[in-house]
Amino acid sequence: MSTPKTLFDKVWDAHVIRQVKDGPDVLFIDRHFIHEVTSPVAFLGLEGRNAPVLFSGRTFATADHNTPTLNQHLPVADPMSANQLDALERNSAKYGISHWGLGHIKNGIVHVVGPENGITLPGMTIVCGDSHTSTHGAFGAIAFGIGTSEVEMVLATQCIMQPKPKKMRITVNGKTGKGVLPKDVILYIISQTSASGATGYFVEYAGEVFENMTMEGRMTVCNMTIEMGARGGMIAPDQTTLDYLKGRELSPKGEQWDKLVPYWQTLKTDEDATFDLDLTFDAADIEPQITYGTNPGLGTGVTHQIPTAESVKDGSASYKKSLQYMGFAENESMIGKPVDFVFLGSCTNGRIEDFRAFASIVKGRQKADNITAWLVPGSHVVEKQIQEEGILDILTQAGFELRQPGCSACLAMNEDKIPAGKYAVSTSNRNFEGRQGPGARTLLASPLVAAAAAVTGVVTDPRGLMNNV
Amino acid sequence: MAYDKFTILCSSAVPMPNENVDTDQIIPARFLKATERKGFGDNLFRDWRYNNDNTPKADFVLNDPTYSGKILVGGKNFGSGSSREHAAWAIYDYGFRCVVSSFFADIFRNNSINVGILPVQVSPEFLEKIFAAIEADPTTELEINLPTQTITLLATGDNENFAINEYKKHNLINGYDDIDYLLSMKTEIEAFAEARPF
Repeated sequence: MSTPKTLFDKVWDAHVIRQVKDGPDVLFIDRHFIHEVTSPVAFLGLEGRNAPVLFSGRTFATADHNTPTLNQHLPVADPMSANQLDALERNSAKYGISHWGLGHIKNGIVHVVGPENGITLPGMTIVCGDSHTSTHGAFGAIAFGIGTSEVEMVLATQCIMQPKPKKMRITVNGKTGKGVLPKDVILYIISQTSASGATGYFVEYAGEVFENMTMEGRMTVCNMTIEMGARGGMIAPDQTTLDYLKGRELSPKGEQWDKLVPYWQTLKTDEDATFDLDLTFDAADIEPQITYGTNPGLGTGVTHQIPTAESVKDGSASYKKSLQYMGFAENESMIGKPVDFVFLGSCTNGRIEDFRAFASIVKGRQKADNITAWLVPGSHVVEKQIQEEGILDILTQAGFELRQPGCSACLAMNEDKIPAGKYAVSTSNRNFEGRQGPGARTLLASPLVAAAAAVTGVVTDPRGLMNNV
Repeated sequence: MAYDKFTILCSSAVPMPNENVDTDQIIPARFLKATERKGFGDNLFRDWRYNNDNTPKADFVLNDPTYSGKILVGGKNFGSGSSREHAAWAIYDYGFRCVVSSFFADIFRNNSINVGILPVQVSPEFLEKIFAAIEADPTTELEINLPTQTITLLATGDNENFAINEYKKHNLINGYDDIDYLLSMKTEIEAFAEARPF
């Protein structure tokens, strides 16, 4: 009998071309996403070696990190941003790589447009010069972020060299309560494991909560797996996965689809397979979450108080510095904290379900006067869905405007920067110092919590604003 | 790209005991707009290093002439967050060749080795010893010996072994990189690709 394998083992082992003695595995990469920020130097390196792109059809380029979210039809004002966008276009054309640049109907955030177009499939290895590549693990793929040297490596050889990570399983059983979104599930898990608790591991999510989640929700969870230090997270493909993929533009069709489905159905952890670490949580313990510190592990239930330095795992010196940056103190309540900005968007929460959730709260209400809200869809497809489903009307009537797709204020490489000292409730993935602009203070939360802040002007429990749920 | 060979490094060190130093601090996103790999050292730790008017913050360790050297000693979970290799480029460009910590974020560790910086992971106890030694004497020297995988506080002889993958060690010592290795197995890769189902 063959050794029982985890989902991760099955996908990883199927991609190992060679095991280097006392070294890393040579891993074949099925899909490679590139964007304008981490690829230009990789192409320079390729030129320097006089090497071609080995399989140009396996790489997909989209512009997202550095693109404006207003007036995308006009030339990009910042010359350095424009230069990066030009470089991506030039390099893609030179090497025959599919390129969805600014203005292209399929343009959007790389981790939104990949799945949306059926590029991401179960059983694949997927890399990108962006840590949130872990998003694609929602489909039962091994997906992780790489550095620019590795981007060059994948362009030149379609492989990377990686030691096999350790395996962790995180099981969440039970039913999530009212107002608890996938974002709350993952923020809760990170708060329990800390920002470094899963370093060296690859995570598989198991249990009812993930089985019942939509693909959008699973993407949110896998997206933020990197925030506890793990290289990536994955969820076994099931009927939900197949239903999502079927008929997407670049998904396999006809006979090829029929051939792949039986293979995809084998992609699950064998009953007797073991993990290096097994963690279990109960869905009933999770309430809507919010962060109060400067790493994603420093978060808590929205109705809770900020913990004392003694009760956090991260070390009191860093913790005190973190609270000082945020202008918060131990034992303070999060409810009622004043908010200046609300950001809905990013590769974590820029999908249609996130806009639906946001709209469910703001419907029939008005944007609070003190709030500046940046609502940024993850792609043009999401933008179109927002219009077609009538969500845009709800947002407009409540005093909000919709911007154009891109990474935007998640990392503030474009003009969308939260000013110094201001507080932003943000559906993005990182609350690091200055992440959303120098001096900006970020509170990570779900689209429901963001919506509640957007209509009340302060940190608010969204459950009190939900009707009939 | 191929990088400098790394064998033995003797140097004083710059202490940065903060935990969870993320790559957004090492190089903030607004400095990632370049299309060439140069000049990132000027913006290393930009927001911790400079005031808004671009004057240096006197209390930040890189602005304190007491401390210098090619070794950066950081707190636990150094390099967390974004996968931007620019963080490693900035550290290298500034002049560091080695980062010591009790714990490194995964992608940062990879990126460092890929640009020729040696990440040396030591025990929390040894890390404390290093910080204490630097505090007592900022000119104290550390020896990082890659062939023997040893880090030594030269003044006292206190030392500890560190782990590194044999293959990566060989590459660093010889200045080789992974791409050279992979290009040599092109035929094998092409045959593998041919058999992929997608």
